[in-house]
Amino acid sequence: MKFKHESIEINAGLLIALTMVVISIGGLVEIVPLYFIKDTVEQVDGVRPYTPLELRGRDIYQREGCYLCHSQMIRPFRDEQLRYGHYSLAAESQYDHPFQWGSKRTGPDLARVGEKYSNEWHVAHLIDPRAVVPESIMPGYPWLMQPLDYADVADRMRALKFAGVPYSENQQEFDANVEKFGPDVANELNILRAESNLVQQAQSANYDGDRAKLTEMDALVAYLQMLGTLVDFSKYDEGYFAEFR
Amino acid sequence: MSETKTKQQGAVQTTGHAWDGDIQEFNNPLPRWWLWSFYATVVFSVLYWVIYPAWPVGKGYTTGWFNDITYTVNGEERSRHWNTRSLLIKDMQEGKEALLTQEYMQKVEAADYQQILADPDMMTFVRSVTKGLFGDNCAACHGAGGAGVIGLFPNLADDDWLWGGSVEDIQNTIALGRNGYMPAFARTLNEEQLDDVSLYVLSLSGHEVPADKLMRGKQLFTGEAGGCYYCHTAQGTGLKSQGAANLTDNIWTIADVPSQAELAGKAAVVKEVIRNGVNRVMPAWENRLDENQIKLLTVYVHELGGGQ
Repeated sequence: MKFKHESIEINAGLLIALTMVVISIGGLVEIVPLYFIKDTVEQVDGVRPYTPLELRGRDIYQREGCYLCHSQMIRPFRDEQLRYGHYSLAAESQYDHPFQWGSKRTGPDLARVGEKYSNEWHVAHLIDPRAVVPESIMPGYPWLMQPLDYADVADRMRALKFAGVPYSENQQEFDANVEKFGPDVANELNILRAESNLVQQAQSANYDGDRAKLTEMDALVAYLQMLGTLVDFSKYDEGYFAEFR
Repeated sequence: MSETKTKQQGAVQTTGHAWDGDIQEFNNPLPRWWLWSFYATVVFSVLYWVIYPAWPVGKGYTTGWFNDITYTVNGEERSRHWNTRSLLIKDMQEGKEALLTQEYMQKVEAADYQQILADPDMMTFVRSVTKGLFGDNCAACHGAGGAGVIGLFPNLADDDWLWGGSVEDIQNTIALGRNGYMPAFARTLNEEQLDDVSLYVLSLSGHEVPADKLMRGKQLFTGEAGGCYYCHTAQGTGLKSQGAANLTDNIWTIADVPSQAELAGKAAVVKEVIRNGVNRVMPAWENRLDENQIKLLTVYVHELGGGQ
């Protein structure tokens, strides 16, 4: 049968199907090989999944749409390195589902905001940004001082486990985590202890400045304070991460 | 209108089919300029595949030829196929801006604080470069001009220093951070005692307060019941080693005394500080900034306020 353009043009279903095939080629060619190229995710120590409290913080970060104005992706450019620190690694977001790279900066990049400011600053700034930074255009989030609902935190971890994050639910998985991350981190990744771990972290670190209450502020500040802090870059020489590209 | 249509129909081919009886489609050849542009992009892509990393092959990819980047790591020359991370290393080492900055950075690195402060040329460099550093790292808390936020973050633009205003003190503060702590006296002192101490504290900076309360407050301040003198000293001038405020100079960093017009109001804000205590943290910067950046910031902050 002789191929005729007309046969595609007059058949809407076929036209849609073939259009999708053609468009998806572009994406597939760019994305699929990344799963097979061994250097995509850098070999680096220290990266771990979120603790239950940080995970709830990450969820609140997404709920409030922080990613709409804040990226978490320091690109390998001189100006970005001078302002934000070491460029982001693929390894650093390997347990993020979805990743929070973002595509637009109205506010500054947050990939390495962890430990940069004090907890008190984050609390004051999130409640009323202009109280501490007069020129800020960020909206206030005073309702974050409401109690944190963490009843479903174990289920949230299970959902991520389904997506490939190594949270543990039985002894075998726990032992594998001890081997991979060490006993302290493995304990934090134990789904069966999620609630008590969450309460303990919030109370010992006291992110929101009020030990008596466990608020959403505790969770969000816990998340912000760990961003970009997992990799100790002083352990690697200047050229090490370029070897993965 | 109909004339043109007839002419064109005669001149070029149509695709052959008709919708709604008479709507037809021309089958013109592609414009020449478009066609040649298309061929040019094809040629460009082939050249691009040769020069830059392009095609995935097994567990690797074609890395591109004739386009390696050479840079120095720990005195050893390394070469890597084209990639943005290597480009960054090269740019940080050999870029135009990098070289310009390096020249001064090396001068600053070699000089001690007194030499930097005495050299107008170096100070011009410090002011312009460190303004950015301060804006990126310090301004979120201390404000772009260093004025701070009363009650939360100390003012760096005045000549009153909680932890000392010498270059060594400032450098330590930036590199290692500080924990500003004053215990809460809510359970140690009763309401009346809190009132008395508050008024005594105000008297230290020249406020007129009733004599009887002043005496009772002084006993608490300088005695074991309050123990304020441990950190603030018996004269109220404050121990820099503890980050304790000088209470005699009428400069306020936590209690917002200047905002109150009446003595009662002033006493009330001081009382709240004594009741609840203070717990402030300045993060350590030694892991985030390099030694030279801390040096630059030290000079900048020293000059911002009246450094000592």
